Amino acid sequence: MTAASVPSQRPADARLLAVDRDGRIRHAARTDFVRLLRPGDLVVANDAATLPASLVGEHSRSGRRIELRLAGRSSLALDHVRFRAVVFGLGDFHMRTEDRPLPPALAEGDRLALGPLRATVTCVHAPRLVTVHFHGRPSEVWAGLANHGRPIQYAHVPVPLAIWDSWTPIAGNAVAFEPPSAGFVLDWQTIGALKAAGVRFATITHAAGISSTGDAALDGLLPFDEPYRVPELTALAIADARKRGDRVIAVGTTVVRALEHAAAADGLVHAGDGLATNRLGPLSRLRVVDALLSGTHERGSSHHELLRAFAGEEIIDRMDHELNARGYLTHEFGDSVFLERQPAGAQTLA
Amino acid sequence: MFEDRTGRMPSDSPALLNPFDRLRVAITGGTSGLGLALVRELLTRGAEVAFVARGRDRVRQVEERYPNAHGIVGDVSRKDQTYPLAMQIAAALGGVDVLINNASDLGPPGLALLADTDCEDFERAIATNLFGPFRLTKALLGSLAASAREGRGAVVLNVSSDAAVSAYPRWGAYGASKAALQHMSRIWNAELGAEGIAVLAMDPGDMDTPMHAAAVPDADPADLKRPETAARELVEVVAEVLLRRGTAYELQCEAVR
Repeated sequence: MTAASVPSQRPADARLLAVDRDGRIRHAARTDFVRLLRPGDLVVANDAATLPASLVGEHSRSGRRIELRLAGRSSLALDHVRFRAVVFGLGDFHMRTEDRPLPPALAEGDRLALGPLRATVTCVHAPRLVTVHFHGRPSEVWAGLANHGRPIQYAHVPVPLAIWDSWTPIAGNAVAFEPPSAGFVLDWQTIGALKAAGVRFATITHAAGISSTGDAALDGLLPFDEPYRVPELTALAIADARKRGDRVIAVGTTVVRALEHAAAADGLVHAGDGLATNRLGPLSRLRVVDALLSGTHERGSSHHELLRAFAGEEIIDRMDHELNARGYLTHEFGDSVFLERQPAGAQTLA
Repeated sequence: MFEDRTGRMPSDSPALLNPFDRLRVAITGGTSGLGLALVRELLTRGAEVAFVARGRDRVRQVEERYPNAHGIVGDVSRKDQTYPLAMQIAAALGGVDVLINNASDLGPPGLALLADTDCEDFERAIATNLFGPFRLTKALLGSLAASAREGRGAVVLNVSSDAAVSAYPRWGAYGASKAALQHMSRIWNAELGAEGIAVLAMDPGDMDTPMHAAAVPDADPADLKRPETAARELVEVVAEVLLRRGTAYELQCEAVR
C-alpha cells in the first residue's frame, strides 16, 4: 500500500473497507462510517492525547547529537517520569528510520541533555533501546516535553508535524507516544451523529506506543507494554452492551488491546488502571470486542497480526488484496478498515 | 452529617454537596486581579487548581504562596502555545472539569478611540480575549467531554464584561473582542449541550484590579468591587451548574445500570 503523505486527519476522500461477520467486503466513504452501525452499538475510543515524544539533544559523555523517542511507560501516574525510549544518531524524520545511524554507545548512568530537560540512562536494553529517567519535578518534566518535544514522525510525511496534527479531536491526557490515529475520524459532528443514530459512545485512555524502531529485532518486540485506564462508566456501558447482546466496537487497535487485557481474568472489563502486556493474533479469542474501526495495516506488523484475531486467513488475504488493488492509503493519515469479528470457530475453519 | 469535614467549606453549605471538592479547575491569567482571587477562592473550596500566566516570576511567586496550586507559564494569545498549555494543564490535574478563561488584554495601552487604535493592539486584544479562549477550550475539549461522561463537570467559564454589551467610547478593541467572546460562548453552549459541557460568559463587574487601574487610573477604588467578591459570585454560578449536572449524571447512571 502507498503511505498517506499529507497530515490531514479527515481528508474528504478518505475511504473505508468494511468486512462483515460473514466475510463480505464492501467499499464506502469513511464519512459513512456511522451507517455501518446499529442502534444500541457501543463505540469505544481511545482519548489519549499524543505526547510530543521526539526530543533532540546531546549525549553528554560523547557530546554527540541524538534524537530520543519516548516509546513506553509502565504507568499513567502523573509523577511517573521513567520512560522506555528509542535513540537515534544523526539525521531526522526525513530519513527512513531503518537508515538512521546508531546513537553513540550508551551506558547506564549516561546523562542526556534534551533542550530544557535532563535525563539519566538507567538501563540499556539494546544499542538503540534504553530506559531513561528525567530529572526534576514532574511538572518541570511535562513543561519541558510540552515546549521542547515534537511529535514522532516518519519519512512518509515530508512536512514537520505540529502537535495539533497528532491529537485526535477527543484527545485528553497526553499519554500516547504516537497518535491513536483510528480516532482521527471522530470529529464532534461524527460523535453527534453516533448519538443521533442511537449508538452509545465511551472512551478509555491507552498509552499507544511507537509503531517502528527501525530495527527488525526490536520491531519484533512491539507493541511494548502499554498502560491504560478504563473509566467506571465505560466498564458499565460495556457490561450493559454485552448483557443486551449489542456490539462493542473498538476505534483503534489500542482499544482492542486494552479491553481484551482488562477482561483477561474473567471475561468482564473491569474499571481501573492496567498494563497491557498481551499480544493479539490469529490464535487469540476475543472476549469483548465485536468489531474494529482501524487504519489499514501492512502485513507482518503487530497491528496486522491483531486484525487476524477478527477474521480467518482467507478473509484477511482478500481484504489485503482489495486494499492493494484499489489503492487504499496506509499509515496514520491513511484510509480505514471496519472489521467485524467472525463467529467463534469460523476463523479456524477458514 | 452536615458538619464541615474539611474545614475548607463555607459554614452554610453542607460538605457533601460541595461540588468543588477535588474538582480539577484551570484558570488563565491567574497571577493577578480576578484570576488570582479565583485561584484562592477555588483552593479554599477544595478544588485542584492549575493556573496559567505569562510571567515566570509571578507564576513562581503565586506557587510559593499557594503550594497546592499548579503554576504553568504560557501565553494564551499565542497559537503555538495552545497545545503545550493544554498538555501541561491536563498533566498537572490529571484531567479538566472546569476551565476559566480569564486572561484578558485591554487593547491599546491606556485605552483609545477606535479611530486612534492601532491594528496591532486590536489584533492582540482579539488574540487574547477571543482566539485564546477558543483555542484553549478546543484543545481541552477532549478532557472536558471525558469529565462530563464521568459525571464530574464540565463547565467553561469565559470572563466577559459589560463593555461587551454597552458601547463605551475608548473601549472599542476590548469591548468588541468581549462581545465576540460572549456570542461564541452562547453558540458553543448550544453546540456542546449534547456532550454535557456548559459554556458560560459572565460579567464580573468593575473591579479594583491592575487591569482596571490601567484602563481608568483615576477611578476611586471605593466605587469598585473587590476581586474576591467577584470571584465568589462567579464560583457560585459555576457551582449551580455543576450541581444541576450532577443530578443529570445520576439519572444517566441509573439508566446505564
